[in-house]
Amino acid sequence: MEQFFASNLGIFVIILAQCLAMLGFVMISLLFLVYGDRKIWAAVQMRRGPNVVGAFGLLQSVADALKYVLKEIVIPAGADRTVFILAPLTSFVLAVIAWAVIPFGETWVLANLNVAILYVFAVSSLEVYGVIMGGWASNSKYPFLGSLRSAAQMISYEVSIGLIIIGVILSTGSMNFGDIVRAQDGNLGFFNWYWLPHLPMVALFFISALAETNRPPFDLPEAESELVAGYQVEYSSTPFLLFMAGEYIAIFLMCALTTLLFFGGWLSPVPGLPDGALWMLAKMAFFFFLFAMVKAIVPRYRYDQLMRIGWKVFLPLSLAWVVIVAFLAKFELFGGAYARWALTGGAG
Amino acid sequence: MTVPVIAFYCFAAGVIIGGLFTVLSRHPVHSVLWLILSFLSAAGLFVLLGAEFVAMLLVIVYVGAVAVLFLFVVMMLDVDFAELRAEMSKFLPLGMLIGIVLLMELTLALGSWRFAPDAEALRDNLTPPLAETHNTAALGQLIYDEYILLFQLAGLILLVAMIGAILLTLRHRSDIKRQDVLAQMYRDPAKAMELKDVKPGQGLS
Repeated sequence: MEQFFASNLGIFVIILAQCLAMLGFVMISLLFLVYGDRKIWAAVQMRRGPNVVGAFGLLQSVADALKYVLKEIVIPAGADRTVFILAPLTSFVLAVIAWAVIPFGETWVLANLNVAILYVFAVSSLEVYGVIMGGWASNSKYPFLGSLRSAAQMISYEVSIGLIIIGVILSTGSMNFGDIVRAQDGNLGFFNWYWLPHLPMVALFFISALAETNRPPFDLPEAESELVAGYQVEYSSTPFLLFMAGEYIAIFLMCALTTLLFFGGWLSPVPGLPDGALWMLAKMAFFFFLFAMVKAIVPRYRYDQLMRIGWKVFLPLSLAWVVIVAFLAKFELFGGAYARWALTGGAG
Repeated sequence: MTVPVIAFYCFAAGVIIGGLFTVLSRHPVHSVLWLILSFLSAAGLFVLLGAEFVAMLLVIVYVGAVAVLFLFVVMMLDVDFAELRAEMSKFLPLGMLIGIVLLMELTLALGSWRFAPDAEALRDNLTPPLAETHNTAALGQLIYDEYILLFQLAGLILLVAMIGAILLTLRHRSDIKRQDVLAQMYRDPAKAMELKDVKPGQGLS
């Protein structure tokens, strides 16, 4: 057995099993995220939400998924068939492969890349293709308008997300998630994490993440009051399910990113308690709760307001922050809070 | 065959097939999609070379931004392809001629290409020791320490190009209504609207 796992085939089997485990984790959490999202939303609006299928309606998402899969796939006559099918696949696959570099513990990571954070950024910048291709291939007005809006929105907010990430990279001196989390370790627990030195950027990152994943209040690509459902209008059955799943997985990825970048990943908030993957999961669940609450209580933005905030407020602010952090890190001000590479002797 | 070799052939085939179909594809949107495949495969080749940072930048900049712009423009164009095809056959001989001349020039130039004997040593002098430094850090040191002046100059040229493009398309139109966001936010509801009790059948005078 030992010998088998050291051979090429054995390594391949191990990697495959790890990938499947990660995929299983993402898919199962997806089911309960959709359920949790609907429950939270319902609670805010004083409704019951899903409560029929399974205990407390826990299996509602399974029933929905089955329903989608069993329905007939309708492809419009004027649609570009190949691109029409390719679009939801792109959207789903890209959302899943970003998870390859997300660590859940000191050694719990599929691929320990040196440029992990750039990889996540690159993959999330590709996600716009699913939307554009879907909107264009549908050969219909509303999807096309929706996809144009969405592409402009995602590209705009990617810029500020990128600049915010640069601030974190500057204070860590590494683009590896493990190094970023380890740089946040310290005697103070909760107060050692990056959210404190990078406080303004946490809020900006959270809002940009909402816009980047087309979540309400920035769900203008599918604004049902104006565009029916944006790029998803012509989609039905499994392709629609893929779009939807891709969207939720991307949101969950943003929760993981917020946790890793600003809230210490798998580190425990109280010094003395053991670190571990459970902390990571708890933090991710908390941020997903925040995402769901924002969806429930904030009214939708107007499109021009969205673009104005992105380019005229977020971009200058995050750019200025990069310069400030570079300055603070270079001269190791505030007890080196911005220059963790100097303290830990990191990979810099 | 080892895994990197197989991966290399896959990516290389991806680049060539992508490039080929970019030219051959019947629909311009498909062309752009093939071009994206070609970019992604090229990024894969960079990863195999051990230059992850460049690979990621290639994906972020070219696929994530430039190709999206291409796709936008091409999707918006309303081109009659039958007409284009007819035009193409007319210009085919001339195009072939130019292509062949270019190919021959390239072969001549590359065929007689020799590295200067001390080129390798000169390059190694500048490059930080790769065994100790990570390639991202090495790249940063080269660009920001060794070639800082050239790098800044390139940035300046890009800035000028950007200002030029903005200047060319900038129009101040006085006949449209512009929104002043601050004025909108600071409007006082008490002054902006008024409630009136209207009697039935009378209306406001």
